[in-house]
Amino acid sequence: MPPVATPTLVKTPRSTRSTIALKLVMAVSGLLFIAFTLVHMYGNLKAFSGQEKFNDYAHHLRELGEPILPYEGFLWITRVGLLVALVAHVTAAVILARRAGAARRDKYQVKRNVASSLSSRTMRWGGATLLIFIIWHLINFTAGKVNPQTGETGDAAGDPYSLLVDTFSVWWMTIIYLVAMLALAFHLHHGTWSSIQTLGYTNTASSRARAKQAGWLLAIVIAGGYSLVPLAVLTGIIEK
Amino acid sequence: MKLTLKIWRQANASAEGAVHTYELDGVSQDMSFLEMLDLLNEQLLTTGEEPVAFDSDCREGICGTCSLMINGQAHGPEVTTTCQLHMRSFKDGDTITIEPWRADSFPVVKDLIVDRSAFDRIIQSGGFISANTGSAPEANSVPAPRDKAQRAFNVATCIGCGACVAACPNGSASLFLGAKITHLGELPQGQPERYGRVTSMVAQHDHEGFGGCTNIGECAAACPKEIPLDVISQLNKDLRTAMFKGF
Ligand code: HEM
Ligand code: SF4
Ligand code: FES
Repeated sequence: MPPVATPTLVKTPRSTRSTIALKLVMAVSGLLFIAFTLVHMYGNLKAFSGQEKFNDYAHHLRELGEPILPYEGFLWITRVGLLVALVAHVTAAVILARRAGAARRDKYQVKRNVASSLSSRTMRWGGATLLIFIIWHLINFTAGKVNPQTGETGDAAGDPYSLLVDTFSVWWMTIIYLVAMLALAFHLHHGTWSSIQTLGYTNTASSRARAKQAGWLLAIVIAGGYSLVPLAVLTGIIEK
Repeated sequence: MKLTLKIWRQANASAEGAVHTYELDGVSQDMSFLEMLDLLNEQLLTTGEEPVAFDSDCREGICGTCSLMINGQAHGPEVTTTCQLHMRSFKDGDTITIEPWRADSFPVVKDLIVDRSAFDRIIQSGGFISANTGSAPEANSVPAPRDKAQRAFNVATCIGCGACVAACPNGSASLFLGAKITHLGELPQGQPERYGRVTSMVAQHDHEGFGGCTNIGECAAACPKEIPLDVISQLNKDLRTAMFKGF
């Protein structure tokens, strides 16, 4: 059916049911992910202090908040919070992506992009890549079900340091990880400034420029920081 | 100059359209883009073919009636309206693809003409202020801070052409919305209806089927009036405030 213009006006407008409300959900959940990835990266970098320190850190995470919280209490609160944020982030992404597709069903024969960054135009594919990676990552490290090096499963999680070194000693597992970090860098390059703009804090040209700089900074620091560990295993700096 | 023109032809809203190719000779560098199309139409009349339908009115860059996607860019390669684009921006022997604005909310009426009444309904839903009628009020009775007045004036230059929608990969009208919200929201006269206005206009925008903004920035680059991206931040901020105020 060819597109037709709607002749009607909205009778009961609600701010909470708008596309911008969905964007706010994406922005807030995205910023939560950024906070999490920073803390998580700090933990990963402990691998450089050796097996004992790294495993101690992992163990302390489980005892954090005791005795007010039960064993692993803090961890589970974080997990549930992240899961809620992830479901919200992905749901809003899917709704908005479908809306955008429906907004222009007849495509241009010729379309030039003149101002947009590659990262801004790959948010949806990059996001899907990250989702697949997150699932793989949880199976790999959290559940500890994949350790092609030793064939050990489950119990290997008791020694996260060994699992880490075993994992990154396998070339294709390192590649999966590095590709995901590239996707993360792209996602953060646009996502950081985009979330600040969505929250309405870039009302001047200079604040916009600063938000974009923050995007570069976070993309390089976070994706770079995470990549250091597998690269160090690859080059033998980190070993069992 | 001699040009090859690839133009979208579509008899009416429900007809199938297609790209037709025309050769046009005798184009002068001094012609505006629309004069070049006028020349083509004169040529088509002599061959008995239906002239190409396109929108225009003021032809001096102030009404926003002209449109046209030219070689994949809204209003063509310069930062101006199609009527103010001149053929000196092209070279002899160029091939130029000319298409209508593409958005489901801007249905094609004929050839290169689209129905932009969606923008009228967005304005109707809230793009106004309520003022008592009667004699004009004393000009200085409501002081407006200079920086705010300046910003309001700058974004009030939006002519509602729709290039922002045409250029946006999401088919979003956020730059247009942001321009209107900022224009009225920065001035004292716009305050009483401010948060109801943003809620209604965004709701109408979504209802018309425009996409959501992903802060890509193609809109501001295509805008002939150089409306900056910060109006979208203002729009987001006002809508966020409206949410907390219960609108
Ligand atoms: C789980 C898989 C993920 C998917 C499917 C996904 C998808 C998306 C999509 C489609 C957008 C909107 C793009 C746009 O508006 O241009 C977005 C925005 C964003 N994402 Fe993700 N993403 C995912 C994971 C992440 C992660 C892990 C982070 C941070 C570490 C993150 C941070 C952000 C930020 C900050 C934004 C910007 C929000 C805004 O535009 O206001 N996302 N994501
Ligand atoms: S914001 Fe710019 S591109 Fe969009 S309608 Fe107004 S003048 Fe045209
Ligand atoms: S015809 Fe009025 S702006 Fe182009």
